[in-house]
Amino acid sequence: MRSSASRFLLPVIAVLSLLACGGGESNVAQGNREGILHVGNGTEPQGLDPHVVTGIPESNIVRALFEGLAVKNPYTLESEPGVAQSWDISEDGLTITFHLNPEAKWSNGDLMTAQDYVWSWQRALNPAMGNQYAYMLYPVKNAEAFATGKLDDFAEVGVKALDKHTLQVKLNARTPYFIQLMDHHSAYAVHRPTIEKFGKSTDRFTRWTRAENIVGNGAFRLKEWLLNRRIVVEKSDTYWDRDKVKLNGIEFHPVENISSEERMFRVGQLHYSYSIPLDKIPVYRAMEDSPYVSAPYLGTYFYLLNTNKPPLDDVRVRQALSLAIDRKLLNDSVLHGTNVPAYSITPPGTLGYQPPIVFDYDVTRARQLLAEAGYPDGTGWPGLELIYNTSESHLKIAVALQQMWKDALNIDVTLANQEWKVYLDSVDQMNFQMARRGWIGDYVDPNNFLDLFLCNGGNNNTGFCDPVYDDMILQQAPQAKSREERYAIFKAAETRLMEQMPIIPIYTYTSNHLVHPSVRGKPSNLMDYVNYKYLSLDSDWQAEQ
Amino acid sequence: MWRFIGFRVLQSIPVLLVVITVTFFLVRMAPGGPFSSEKAVIPEVKAALEAQYRLNLPMFEQYTAYLGDLAQGDLGPSFKYPGRSVNELIAAGFPVTAELGFYALLVAITIGGIAGVVASLRPNSAQDYIPMSVAMIGICVPSLLMGPILILIFGIYLEWLPVSGWGDMPGDKILPAITLGSTYAAYIARLGRAGMLEVMSQDYIRTARAKGLPEWQVVTRHALRGGMIPVVAFLGPAFAGLLSGSFVVETIFQIPGLGRIYVQAAFNRDYTVILGATVFLATLIVVFNLLSDILAAWMNPRLRSQYGGH
Repeated sequence: MRSSASRFLLPVIAVLSLLACGGGESNVAQGNREGILHVGNGTEPQGLDPHVVTGIPESNIVRALFEGLAVKNPYTLESEPGVAQSWDISEDGLTITFHLNPEAKWSNGDLMTAQDYVWSWQRALNPAMGNQYAYMLYPVKNAEAFATGKLDDFAEVGVKALDKHTLQVKLNARTPYFIQLMDHHSAYAVHRPTIEKFGKSTDRFTRWTRAENIVGNGAFRLKEWLLNRRIVVEKSDTYWDRDKVKLNGIEFHPVENISSEERMFRVGQLHYSYSIPLDKIPVYRAMEDSPYVSAPYLGTYFYLLNTNKPPLDDVRVRQALSLAIDRKLLNDSVLHGTNVPAYSITPPGTLGYQPPIVFDYDVTRARQLLAEAGYPDGTGWPGLELIYNTSESHLKIAVALQQMWKDALNIDVTLANQEWKVYLDSVDQMNFQMARRGWIGDYVDPNNFLDLFLCNGGNNNTGFCDPVYDDMILQQAPQAKSREERYAIFKAAETRLMEQMPIIPIYTYTSNHLVHPSVRGKPSNLMDYVNYKYLSLDSDWQAEQ
Repeated sequence: MWRFIGFRVLQSIPVLLVVITVTFFLVRMAPGGPFSSEKAVIPEVKAALEAQYRLNLPMFEQYTAYLGDLAQGDLGPSFKYPGRSVNELIAAGFPVTAELGFYALLVAITIGGIAGVVASLRPNSAQDYIPMSVAMIGICVPSLLMGPILILIFGIYLEWLPVSGWGDMPGDKILPAITLGSTYAAYIARLGRAGMLEVMSQDYIRTARAKGLPEWQVVTRHALRGGMIPVVAFLGPAFAGLLSGSFVVETIFQIPGLGRIYVQAAFNRDYTVILGATVFLATLIVVFNLLSDILAAWMNPRLRSQYGGH
């Protein structure tokens, strides 16, 4: 046994002795020298097909490999030329003509044409594709009918290649945010010959997105994709604007565990993190030259109220619950002051839009409303259940609110956590009284938040239905002649919504990252949007300062 | 011996069939499906997705189709990761998990074996209590805590070892192996101690001592083989447990193993991946149990004769 024990021990000792030379150079130091950016990117991407993927980790990678007709300036979020070098919008706002950059090429050298877009949008909208983001193209004439199988002939959909480099798009209604949508992966062009080489155009599960097969048109091309390990992209030499691209490559690290990610950042394995553990925020905030960067984010954290079920079918009860919440206290204590208290569904400053503030923290009024509803000082209160998906932070918030309601209104609210998919099912079936919810905007426009609560809105989930509200969002707002007029209509609509209170807004999200000081050209913005073309690394930055 | 092996192989077939059937129907009974998401999925899209993955067929037809594919070794496509087959996911994750499990087992046997033998030599003395108490800590501290503590000490403060990764940087396999192995080291130490104590009181050990053999030879030549039987019997299930239980360690250390794929699949309702990984792991567990039974039979003649012949 002695000899076999040493046989076991030998490799262990051998490996331990390797440690002496194990220190090495950190990813960040090496990356700064070689122009390689290391990004913490949340989870393993479900895929890289622009017409299949839905999540943020995926879109971070897809945006490096593909480029839309227009992209966004990371400082202003205004649209700027991508594959299209310019576009004209007709007087009535219904026809948009994109002029493609004749230099725009696929990564295999093929020229990009307007026809590529026609074919790609047909694919993106094809019901057989099962594209969950097909609705991003619904402003296009007849797109919705085609995507829902009511129209079979794609020729009737409002997209046409006028010539090789001119794409004409006809819209249902004036859509001021349409150019912005061109930066969404659902509207990207994909390379037809590559896709057809590996299967039917609508197959979700072919191998065309593998590193050895994929053809894109972005600033980077896929070099390596190791499952649950890393995705490596390198600068593309066919990209039309390649002279502006400063990075030589990006490594995306799928780090699910945010504590692990924070440790990786700490030892210099990442240039910036996907997220940051809530408990660590006070520590990082107290640091000098802190790498912690926080900025308002286009998303709202709120509770859905089921207006079909008592006691929430009474608007006074809904209002009482909302008025009794001290959002500032919640934010300062439980959330470490990381977010912004919210009193509306639309985040403030959504491209210049300021939502109405219809109510404020007002315990007296809340008590009064509850008494009017028949529960003076909580007597006769039938009880209320709040569901949320299992998570430490949702729990903390729920417990704080539970106590606020108890203190202010003397009512009991029970908490029930549900596993993610169970929770999704409950929300979808409206099998709840009150449910936690978050909504992140797909594009910067109040419409993206306000159309949630249309009568037949797929994400309404509250039972709220107001024909006047629908008319304002669907008919009046698109007819508006100016941004001011349009925003005024939205504001009036949102006022109606918040008076009916089918939701309890709680806070506006912030994006939270740890960013290494050598990273340049990554400004904070409302969409937490990164344009890799602007990003660079300071090669002079010394790792051991 | 062959009869014994043949009998055990036959026994495992209905076991696997039951595992497949129960898993198949259980995952489908869980609320929420693979395609439910935070943003509502329109019915047309949902129908198209279900059609692409045969979920529109009656349940029993899905079941027989699955069994048919399984018989040909095809575990189907992943729902969550379009473009990846379950076979591919397992092929990518399993070698990593197996390697991690192997190193962890090495750590466990080395630490646990030595601690157990040392403790058994002088029962109820400091030489017994100290290693056993240390072993107890291994059982009590979950890897969820052990991992981050080791990372903090060796990765962040001392900067000796990488805090994450697998095969990317020298030494990045050490901390995960220790974290995962320490729990099992404790079990092995306790089993080894108990086995050794029992053997050391046997007559043939007294005979060996009476022959005048030095104590270390008594232990290594005569006592170990018998004393380690409980440990060997435990190794099969332990290795299987390491394979299916490495999820936490894989998550903490960013290791691209099967554990992460398996647990994520359950959260994602990725039916085919859950099933495929379950079938795969169940088969492995059956095989390892079989191997450890054979090994135990080889080490213990009494067990062998129970099944007649050798």
